[in-house]
Amino acid sequence: MADENNGKNGKVGLVDRVKDDIQAMKVDIPAKAKEQIEGLKDPTKTQVYTSIFRHKHDDTPRNRALGVLSNVFLHLHPAKINRDAVRYSYTWGMGGITFFLFIILTYTGVLLMFYYHPSKVQAFRDVLYLEHDVPFGKILRNMHRWAAHLMVIGVWLHMFRVFLTGSYKKPREFNWNIGVLLLVFTLLLSFTGYLLPDDQLGFWAVTVGTNMARATPLLGHEGPFGSMLGMTPYNDVRFGLLGGSIVDANALLRSYIWHCIGIPIVASILMIVHFWRVRKDGGISGPAPVMLEAEADKQRRGPKAAGE
Amino acid sequence: MDWRQLWEICSAPDNVPIVGLIPLLCFYIYLAWKQAHANDQLIAQLEGDAALAKTHHRKTWPFKPGWQKEVHVWPFLLRIEFLAAIIVTIILMVWSITLNAPLEEPANPNLTMNPAKAPWYFLGLQEMLVYFDPWIAGVVMPTMIIVGLMVIPYIDTNPLGSGYYTWKQRKFSIGTFLFGFIILWVAMIIIGTFIRGPGWQWFWPGQTWDHNRLIYEVNRDLPDIFGITSNMAKALFGAIVVGGYYLLGGFLVYSLFRRYMAKDFKRMSLLQFSITQFLLLTMVALPLKMGLRLLWHIKYVWITPWFNV
Ligand code: HEM
Repeated sequence: MADENNGKNGKVGLVDRVKDDIQAMKVDIPAKAKEQIEGLKDPTKTQVYTSIFRHKHDDTPRNRALGVLSNVFLHLHPAKINRDAVRYSYTWGMGGITFFLFIILTYTGVLLMFYYHPSKVQAFRDVLYLEHDVPFGKILRNMHRWAAHLMVIGVWLHMFRVFLTGSYKKPREFNWNIGVLLLVFTLLLSFTGYLLPDDQLGFWAVTVGTNMARATPLLGHEGPFGSMLGMTPYNDVRFGLLGGSIVDANALLRSYIWHCIGIPIVASILMIVHFWRVRKDGGISGPAPVMLEAEADKQRRGPKAAGE
Repeated sequence: MDWRQLWEICSAPDNVPIVGLIPLLCFYIYLAWKQAHANDQLIAQLEGDAALAKTHHRKTWPFKPGWQKEVHVWPFLLRIEFLAAIIVTIILMVWSITLNAPLEEPANPNLTMNPAKAPWYFLGLQEMLVYFDPWIAGVVMPTMIIVGLMVIPYIDTNPLGSGYYTWKQRKFSIGTFLFGFIILWVAMIIIGTFIRGPGWQWFWPGQTWDHNRLIYEVNRDLPDIFGITSNMAKALFGAIVVGGYYLLGGFLVYSLFRRYMAKDFKRMSLLQFSITQFLLLTMVALPLKMGLRLLWHIKYVWITPWFNV
């Protein structure tokens, strides 16, 4: 059809145009394809790549520094640190390990939440289901449990090393306090999780634990001066913690919310402050040069003095 | 010797962390002690040699002129962190494959677990319930521990030993911390886990847990021994004993500090010193009260209509 119309009405032929285009295409596309292939040989020059990584990766001091500074996660670290501060024997790596365990716990915890309902009817069954039917459910639960125990041990050891190296001394007093709060919240995280399987172990552990709240001075119904202030099993602190006078459905729900939402948020915020302060207080406290008795009362410490 | 019982306790999944904690603590105490010892030797050497003290770089690690003082975080720190993450992951994986998290029968308020134990990290406090009323063991003590930890940086005025391991320069503070952490916290947890059986009774490792065992223990109160009977007199007597403990103890702490820790004492303000006195005496009161109970079967020292101590 196209052929017949050609020339008759003096229209400059559609066919010619197409032919022309085809001709051009034969040159253009291979040229572009070649260019493309050339480009792929060095992916670091692509726009996608350069938009993600903002600097080169050849091994130069500048790039090593940029590798840390231009990464939102790594820039918690300075670009360079004291040569001795990387020694494992000084920090035992315990703060970092604790933090890593917290990340593992968040990850496995979110996965567990997909299979768990915080209600008396379902909680225990959900755990059974996790153990026997959910693919990898058992190892998921095990990892969450053991990582929690390890985190408690990690926090204790971290605190122990911070104490033994005197790292709470000026100018790190405040960060030690943030640390103490983190210690408390770590224990509370573990404790609130204990009830969630809704089994005998958790039930009695939490019963023993919260029974002590009954005895809170002033605020517990069995505590000193409690009953004088009108405390009963139905309005004291224990009632507030459990949402009832016994460990039951409300306590399960409260545990769940504290465990999965309340405490993790507070603990995360405190960790951010904690890490920030480690940097602001001049980085890791040591290994610092030893100080002699005679120099003790000459104040030479400032945030900067710690490095060397 | 009931090996089975012993194995049951040690291998109960939730007790495994404590079984692991003990060697870990030993290892890290050793690691810290090794470095403290090396530093103390260096300090002694430099104290005796003023010229060397001026030139030495003051660490036990080697340092040669020309070496860089700082290293790049990438790769020197990050590779360690990466390795640590991998090792922790492997340990956790292996542990999770070989040992299952415990799951008991469904919760049943009508069937009391015996012994009913708190999670292992709180067993120290539960152990204290033997010697103190719940309002002390469960509320006052945890509060004092938290507050006590928080004030440490503000009452420890010793500027030495900041940023390196040492023993000789901080004997008192390290000794106190070890006493609190190892004896009053970890050791109590170990007792609570491995020794306490049904009815929270004392069973030596390897002794069979006898659920029917009864112990007849007649406890007395301190005022009874002095033949005090009226409530008023009991309350007054207890207040005097407890007050006297803090007053006399406070004086003792003062005289020890003045003599043996003169420099620290001079640096401390009155507030710093009195807080230290109070916390120290409270800490020491725990083993004292335990001793009263274990040796003389004394339950309460101070009895009032509202609370007992
Ligand atoms: C969830 C709990 C915690 C996390 C994730 C955490 C994390 C960290 C990390 C990563 C560091 C850097 C140095 C290192 O790894 O040792 C650090 C330093 C520090 N932490 Fe923690 N920490 C926690 C709890 C604590 C506790 C319980 C204390 C003390 C009571 C504490 C006090 C400190 C202090 C004072 C420093 C500065 C130490 C120095 O400069 O040498 N932290 N923390």
